[in-house]
Amino acid sequence: MEEKSLVEINERIRDGSVKVVTAEEMPDLVDELGPAGAVREVDVVTTGTFGAMCSSGVFLNLGHSDPPIKISRAYLNQVEAYGGIAAVDLFLGATQPSLDRGAEYGGAHVIEDLVAGKHIEVDAEGPGTDCYPRLDLETSLRLDDFNQATMVNPRNAYQNYNAAINSSERTLHTYMGTLLPRNGNVHYSGAGILNPICNDPEFEYIGMGTRIFLGGGQGYIIGSGTQHDPKSGFSTLMVTGDLKGMSPDYLRAATFHRYGPTLYVGIGVPIPMLNERMARNAAIRDEDIITSIVDYGVPRRSRPLVRQVSYKELKSGLVEIDGRDVKTSPLSSYHHARMISKALKASIEAGEFPLTAQAAPLPRIGSCRPMKQTKEYPMVSDVMSRDVLTVREDMGIEAAAKAIVKGSFDHLPIVNDRGRLIGIVTSWDISKAVAMGGIAKVSEIMSKHVYSARLDEPIELAARTLDTHSISALPVVDKECQVIGMITSNHLSRLFARRRSH
Amino acid sequence: MKLMLHVAPKIVRQPLISSVIIETSALINIERASIDAVSGEIVIEVSPDKCQEVREAFERRGVQVLMLEMPVIRDEEECVHCGACVSICPTGTFRFEDWAVVADSGKCIQCGACVVACPHRALRLILKQPQMDGATTIGP
Repeated sequence: MEEKSLVEINERIRDGSVKVVTAEEMPDLVDELGPAGAVREVDVVTTGTFGAMCSSGVFLNLGHSDPPIKISRAYLNQVEAYGGIAAVDLFLGATQPSLDRGAEYGGAHVIEDLVAGKHIEVDAEGPGTDCYPRLDLETSLRLDDFNQATMVNPRNAYQNYNAAINSSERTLHTYMGTLLPRNGNVHYSGAGILNPICNDPEFEYIGMGTRIFLGGGQGYIIGSGTQHDPKSGFSTLMVTGDLKGMSPDYLRAATFHRYGPTLYVGIGVPIPMLNERMARNAAIRDEDIITSIVDYGVPRRSRPLVRQVSYKELKSGLVEIDGRDVKTSPLSSYHHARMISKALKASIEAGEFPLTAQAAPLPRIGSCRPMKQTKEYPMVSDVMSRDVLTVREDMGIEAAAKAIVKGSFDHLPIVNDRGRLIGIVTSWDISKAVAMGGIAKVSEIMSKHVYSARLDEPIELAARTLDTHSISALPVVDKECQVIGMITSNHLSRLFARRRSH
Repeated sequence: MKLMLHVAPKIVRQPLISSVIIETSALINIERASIDAVSGEIVIEVSPDKCQEVREAFERRGVQVLMLEMPVIRDEEECVHCGACVSICPTGTFRFEDWAVVADSGKCIQCGACVVACPHRALRLILKQPQMDGATTIGP
């Protein structure tokens, strides 16, 4: 078995004879030379990824003011940074929205502005103590003015991530981008063949203390990231680096519409070819990397699996869903991932990037369990009214008016001859129809675009549907779309009032 | 060629498009139309050889006509070539060329879907600026 040591590779980095290829070039080399030949020929394989990494942020030390302040609340360009650590230390998280511009400007934008050399307006408040008497301060700082600006990202560089589709009837705006209704498109995020962990899935090199390319500078892997779960192929990294060495080319603020701010982070990890097993792992291709397309139309923790798909198919621009070609596009930038793998390659070849021996391996067993929820929240079935009157689409306006008055309902769900929900009319629709005259049947005035709730849905979701569409009632349906109840804003306000009175 | 028609309220109920088709015998494809109480905004596609004739026919009827030659403006500094605009565009304006996003400018119908879908706020329309929820508009 062909082998070489990290010491030998670092020697070649020093003397300029190191042979580096990107993870895109490696599979063909292994096919041509075999794993043993590839180990002889190649010293390092570089990877790269550039995508939205919400779990990112920066520790900042502002230095002490005179008189000094113990900061309890701080705002950087109106974005709150966490002040619950020592007097002038803050943690600025990427997804925190600003007070004045909301989601359009957030923590990620402050980070990008700092890296771009811009001034940041700081507003801070403190409680006032004997040792830190000051109550508030305002100042304007640039990146160089901070003693330390240390990026610490609790979860970056996912090994793999689900692709997203939306089977519902409305456009969704998510952290997976704009998802068109009725399976209109598929979004995915990930570099596939260039993904760092996919090229070293057994963590033979990647570990605690590994030096990496981070945001255009050099950083380190601290350990496994939050939700690290190697057993299901969802390993993650926790990383750190000095913000002062980073570049706005590889750290970019973004806003997902109606979701919020996030930070696009550029990460590249070099993988030394120490043995044939590592060469085989680094020969992975897009067709070998499989992920799941899941349905974001179901706003629950367990989103239904639509199908498995390879990165090769995702990158082709079209995937087949239920016999139909659906367009795909990425949210992460493969263009920039490639730039990172090449920049890292150049930096190793220039002798600027020696490889590191890991201080400790990453755990092979992780944890990504669902939340333990100790408080029960009511479901639609707990609060809905089962006393519901449905009418057929051919019912006359007068009969419908009588039904509404008799039942003292405000809404009449309309069903077809098989009992399926097809529309809804409100007492207002009927009053209007009577006032206008000349309308015979409810089917002429019903809203055909009718939103409904499911029996086993948490009421939070029903409340959100009511709110999103500015409506006051939802028919509750079973799997066959048969109306079995009604949930109205009155039910929800009663529930809220009861909770408040306890 | 794509033309954007702005129809004033006083003529919005008239059969403008059909009368222009009869007059010019041009094949007209309606790409997008939004008509409300105060105005109408319609985007049509017409072959280049009929374009001038169709334009004049609409203008004689009191319709304001704009040629959509370069409708999507991209801020090259902001764009990271992610591709969030690619699959959501109804007309396939954007595509990858060696993983760089390129725009075929003749295809855009000014719907604005890409403007809100772009996480990097790198896109805007020449003719209008869709309102972000509770936020500033994308300014020039």
